[in-house]
Amino acid sequence: MIARSVALQDEDDREITSLLGAYIAFATGWLVLSTAVGLIVAFKFAYPEFLTSPYFSFGRLRPIHTNDTFYAWASIALVGLVFYVACKTCATRLYSIKLGWVTLALFNVAAALGTVALDLGFNNGDQEYREWIWWIEALLLIAILTAAYNLIMTVARRKDDDIYLSNWYTMGGIIWTLILSTVAFIPLYQYGLGQVAVQGFFMHNAVGMWFTPLTLGLFYYVLPKLLNRPIYSYALGVLAFWTNLVFYPIIGAHHFIFSPLPWWLQTLAIVFSVAMLVPVWAGSANFLLTMRGRWEQVRRSYALPFVFVGVLGYLLGSTQGTFEAFRSLQAVWHLTNFTVGHSHLTMYTFITFGIWGGIYALVPRATGRAPSLTLAGLHFWLATVGMAIYILALSIGGTIQGLVWMSGAPFIDSVTAIAPDWLWRSIGGSLMFISHLVFAWNVWFMLSGGERVISRVEPISEVA
Amino acid sequence: MSRDGRLVAIAGGSGLVYLVLAILMGVLPGMALSKTAPGPGVIPLTAEQQAGRAVYVAEGCSYCHTQQVRPLAMDKVFGRPSAPGDYAYQTPELLGSERTGPDLTNVGVRQPAEVWQYIHLYDPRAVVPQSIMPSYHWLFKVVPTTPQGETPVALPPAYAPKSGVVIPTARAKALVAYLLSLKQPALPPDMEKAARESEQAMAPAKPAAGQGAAAGGTAAKGFDYASTGPNLYGANCAACHGAQGTGVAGAFPPLADDPVVTTANPTDHVKIVLDGLHGKSIGGTAYGGQMPAFATQLTDEQIAAIVDHERTSWGNHAPTVTPSDVARIRKGGK
Repeated sequence: MIARSVALQDEDDREITSLLGAYIAFATGWLVLSTAVGLIVAFKFAYPEFLTSPYFSFGRLRPIHTNDTFYAWASIALVGLVFYVACKTCATRLYSIKLGWVTLALFNVAAALGTVALDLGFNNGDQEYREWIWWIEALLLIAILTAAYNLIMTVARRKDDDIYLSNWYTMGGIIWTLILSTVAFIPLYQYGLGQVAVQGFFMHNAVGMWFTPLTLGLFYYVLPKLLNRPIYSYALGVLAFWTNLVFYPIIGAHHFIFSPLPWWLQTLAIVFSVAMLVPVWAGSANFLLTMRGRWEQVRRSYALPFVFVGVLGYLLGSTQGTFEAFRSLQAVWHLTNFTVGHSHLTMYTFITFGIWGGIYALVPRATGRAPSLTLAGLHFWLATVGMAIYILALSIGGTIQGLVWMSGAPFIDSVTAIAPDWLWRSIGGSLMFISHLVFAWNVWFMLSGGERVISRVEPISEVA
Repeated sequence: MSRDGRLVAIAGGSGLVYLVLAILMGVLPGMALSKTAPGPGVIPLTAEQQAGRAVYVAEGCSYCHTQQVRPLAMDKVFGRPSAPGDYAYQTPELLGSERTGPDLTNVGVRQPAEVWQYIHLYDPRAVVPQSIMPSYHWLFKVVPTTPQGETPVALPPAYAPKSGVVIPTARAKALVAYLLSLKQPALPPDMEKAARESEQAMAPAKPAAGQGAAAGGTAAKGFDYASTGPNLYGANCAACHGAQGTGVAGAFPPLADDPVVTTANPTDHVKIVLDGLHGKSIGGTAYGGQMPAFATQLTDEQIAAIVDHERTSWGNHAPTVTPSDVARIRKGGK
């Protein structure tokens, strides 16, 4: 079954290749922009008078950084890759290439307008990850709707009767997010504390019901493809799919532990945060066992190390999330910079590395142009070292911050105490940003630069 | 299962499961909690305060400042634990997820001086040297001379523009009006009791006894840095009077060499800390700011520690006081 489903299609589908290329090119542009903004924001912690202007102020740039990494970089890249994976696993063409271009345009227009509006001070009330004002948010909603329709219609045209696991995750993620965005978008029932409850639900699900399933779906295609062996356990993947679906929506309130939200809602969120270990460990084990014994191949590949780090990011970031939900640990870490470290461990180490793995695995196959191994390696090591410094610095700094608060010292002491860690964060962030420039160069090379170098594309092999 | 059945089961089935969970975990709690009645004393904002809240939102203040006091010992400095009824008129909600700067739930009580808020917004480092908050120059305008009916911001010379005076714009005035409106109404006795109980339940590692309802956190045995004079002064007084007791010229009086602080009889000194001060002229300078009253925020021990620190630092050499002195003055004694 797997052999048939994952089988690579030989047909030279120029249309899907140029669509994929456009998604990746725009996503890469957004990555460079949003992380440049992130870097400016990071330096403001060490140099608060750096770029004193309303248009470069912390309060306006921070949501630009988060929304653009979410809805421009990661969403555009993942939707592009998901379309491609659907075509390959279903051995069919995309339902509508034209609609695919419309989706891309909608994502880009929403992100561009959202960026400008936030910079001018127009936002939807500092509600994390839904800061875009309502009509820009509506454009994003339509973008997701068109993508969902295109994806489902493509899977409906599949050659086999079975639906390969990747498409479970990608279809699920896109449908759930459509429901989530609609629920979060309607303001009619969200007032005061009610809005806090919806916000907790939304901000958590926006990550775990969108980026997580799409990236996992990508892993389920890319790993068997690159390693030339089937996924370790199809059943484990199915288990993880349903448990993630049932447990994840219940844990949103763990973002508001110790808040005036009902105590039972917070406790329920903590209990199911523990339950989340089932899908997380099932999924991670499945990927790691698929890689087992093939480490030499991982080492020599330019795509697999990214996927490997992505899997580790999934395992560590999600497990950390479970522990952070405990009240005893929340008491130290809640509201500190530890949380920022956690969100980078998940959105960067898991999602962004996962996307890079997908791009390096699939784009050369589509275009026949591979990046230089040296530059892919440079990208990998700059990003990995930078990310490690970044997360360590904020995890240590956030812990210190919490301990200073608990000691009863004046608040300002918590600001001065973690200043060295903020500087380290800027250093790590700089390495990450430089790696994105290298990545952008590699993307350009894979899409249009240089000669076609099919020989350097990793061996395309049929899954046994 | 049929070919179409598979697609319906996976896409439709999982979508339906999610829809049910989204209603149960998002929509229904949202609807129910939106009906939370305002707590006693919780009132809607005025039009100007509302406009100030919009500035707060537009500038993204809540990315660094929370507005939720947790039932934890460390949060006591920010006020009583937040109650559901506190948020009745707060849409969009501004609870926040990071506390890079202090919580602002009760900032109108903790920092009631308009002039401090203006100086701090124009350049936070003018009053808190270690602050990393951005300067909000664009909420102010620099004019050659003070227009009629306007009060220039009393900036220390090092932070003032080279020429002209700094005047708050309407947006700055609205923002400050909003910040000063952030005052927690007292809880009714039964809720107060419940809040204290949950607080104790939440802080098993902290021996919370001994300090009553006062700020300052722990009451560990033996030496406790948190309750020392320099520490309490840093947390409660230094923002206006300066870490070195120098004050801010024209805005906040210095404590070094101040007649009330250095005189042998401590009664006036302790009284001012207990009750606050407003509209006093000291050494020929009229100070417009409002000093908050600390009587309900600090214990006798804490006030004695602060007063002693002020009376023995920065070249001051005045006789010190004991907690029982403070208790006596609190009761109206001399």
